[in-house]
Amino acid sequence: MTVTDNTTNRLDSLGASGDGPSFAILDEESKREIRRALLQAVAVPGYQVPFGSREMPVARGWGSGGLQVTLAIVGPDDTVKIIDQGDDEGVNAVNLRRLVVSSTGIPETTEAREASIIQSRHRIPEDELTATQTLVLQVPVPEPLRGIERDVRELARMHAEADYSRMWVSLYEDKVRNGVITQSTGYPCLVNGRYVVATTPIPRWDIPRLHMSQFLTLFGAGREKRVYAIPPHTIVEPLTFDDVPFEVERIEGAACRLCGSTDSFLVDSSGDVDSWACSDTAWCRARRSQG
Amino acid sequence: MRGPSPIPTPDPVLTVNGLGKIYGRDDAGTIDRTGSDAGSARDPITGAIVAAWDVNFEVAAGEAIGIVGESGSGKSTVLRCIAGDLEATSGDVRLSTHMEGRSNVLLADPATRRRMRIDQLSVVYQDPSEGLALSVTAGGNIADPLTAAGVRSFAKIRERASELLSRTEVPLNRMDDIVRNFSGGMRQRVQIARALANKPRILLLDEPTTGLDASVAAGVLDLIRGLLEELDLAAVVVSHDFSVIEMLTNRCIVMHHGRVVESALTDQLLEDPHHPYSQRLVSAARA
Repeated sequence: MTVTDNTTNRLDSLGASGDGPSFAILDEESKREIRRALLQAVAVPGYQVPFGSREMPVARGWGSGGLQVTLAIVGPDDTVKIIDQGDDEGVNAVNLRRLVVSSTGIPETTEAREASIIQSRHRIPEDELTATQTLVLQVPVPEPLRGIERDVRELARMHAEADYSRMWVSLYEDKVRNGVITQSTGYPCLVNGRYVVATTPIPRWDIPRLHMSQFLTLFGAGREKRVYAIPPHTIVEPLTFDDVPFEVERIEGAACRLCGSTDSFLVDSSGDVDSWACSDTAWCRARRSQG
Repeated sequence: MRGPSPIPTPDPVLTVNGLGKIYGRDDAGTIDRTGSDAGSARDPITGAIVAAWDVNFEVAAGEAIGIVGESGSGKSTVLRCIAGDLEATSGDVRLSTHMEGRSNVLLADPATRRRMRIDQLSVVYQDPSEGLALSVTAGGNIADPLTAAGVRSFAKIRERASELLSRTEVPLNRMDDIVRNFSGGMRQRVQIARALANKPRILLLDEPTTGLDASVAAGVLDLIRGLLEELDLAAVVVSHDFSVIEMLTNRCIVMHHGRVVESALTDQLLEDPHHPYSQRLVSAARA
């Protein structure tokens, strides 16, 4: 059939044109659209900017938002580190890293200090990040008020008017029912005194490091099609009552069974008693090699 | 119809002038074709509903005005237009608490109107689920307006919530129970406590005891009367029930098919209603 032949020919010629697959998977127009959204996000800290989330080679909910942010900002001179739960060897981290590296040809690293772009889910590396580094967080639920209100128009209104009293009520209720504020990961924070953001899904441990940080943090939510940002030197305040101090996770007497650290974020590594280990595996390894 | 107001109101806290709400398409003749004399709020030509038209009254601090009338007479419409739940078609509403009464709040943007609801003007609805979050505790419902007003101390919220709940006679051991588990009368008391959280000057009550059984309603009415006296509030009470109006208000207006047909001192109205509709209403209530 001529029609089919023509179509096939056209598709073939499309594939043949240009210089093969584009740098960093996305076409330049898409990258530009994502960067424009990111610029707006940086200009209005904490504001969730809608963007045209693309179909990616990973499923939505598996880091497609963070991946698009990384691919939109990555250049040939960058070095990338990608972690999942603080671990460079997590299956999803490995896959995302392979995708970024194979489509750009840039070097990869597990050393937080060597990376110019760090893409992460669940953690900020223990190492102090600097002004030349960008942290990209993969966000499952960008809306901090989602558990409180389901109507998107009402949510937009609440953000527009900075009407966060129901967020405070949920913290009040939490404290009344449980004696403490139990929210652990994704603790809501007020950014630049204006917008409440979901710091999902990092633990409380990492929250203080977002406050007046040296580095830029970009949040990408692929399924929800939103990006937002915490620029360097921005005030980030975890929402809490004046007389209920914000506390980070700390387990009395716990130390990493590998490196002995007591001042890093520890996770239960095997389920046994006293089996705590650093969540940031690269940091833990570096500490051990230093002796 | 009697004069606009039998006694002039010195320093009104709430002033309502020419308030109107029309649903649907109206034309130049709609107002003449509707109202008490026409016998319907619905315009027979265009089908527009004139839910309320040309409503005027003033309320001073420490005073309560009643709005009476049958179901559908437009009394709740008036209240909701003042509160900002409904957008009025016409009129001028001033609060002495908002720009010292120099500005018509009906023209203020929705965000400004919502802010007025935090600490200037509160509403108590007939249905507690309109004024309360039923899945939240009694204390949490009071925490909402307090945090909206900027209170950030957990201890202060607890203190103010227990103060308000004791004043509205809600047992303090119920403070941390969710409101859904409360009886109707108790929910209404929580709603009143919440409405008073930030000491508003104006309180709008929409059928506050309708739907409660007689003995519970009497208790809630007693409470409201005590609060109105004690807190120097300017109050508007909407009710179809003359016993509520009689107990709470000094003056009242009677509405019929969206229009004010009579405006009088409450005891005068009950003794000697002038308008035929008021006469029917009073005799029905007295029967």
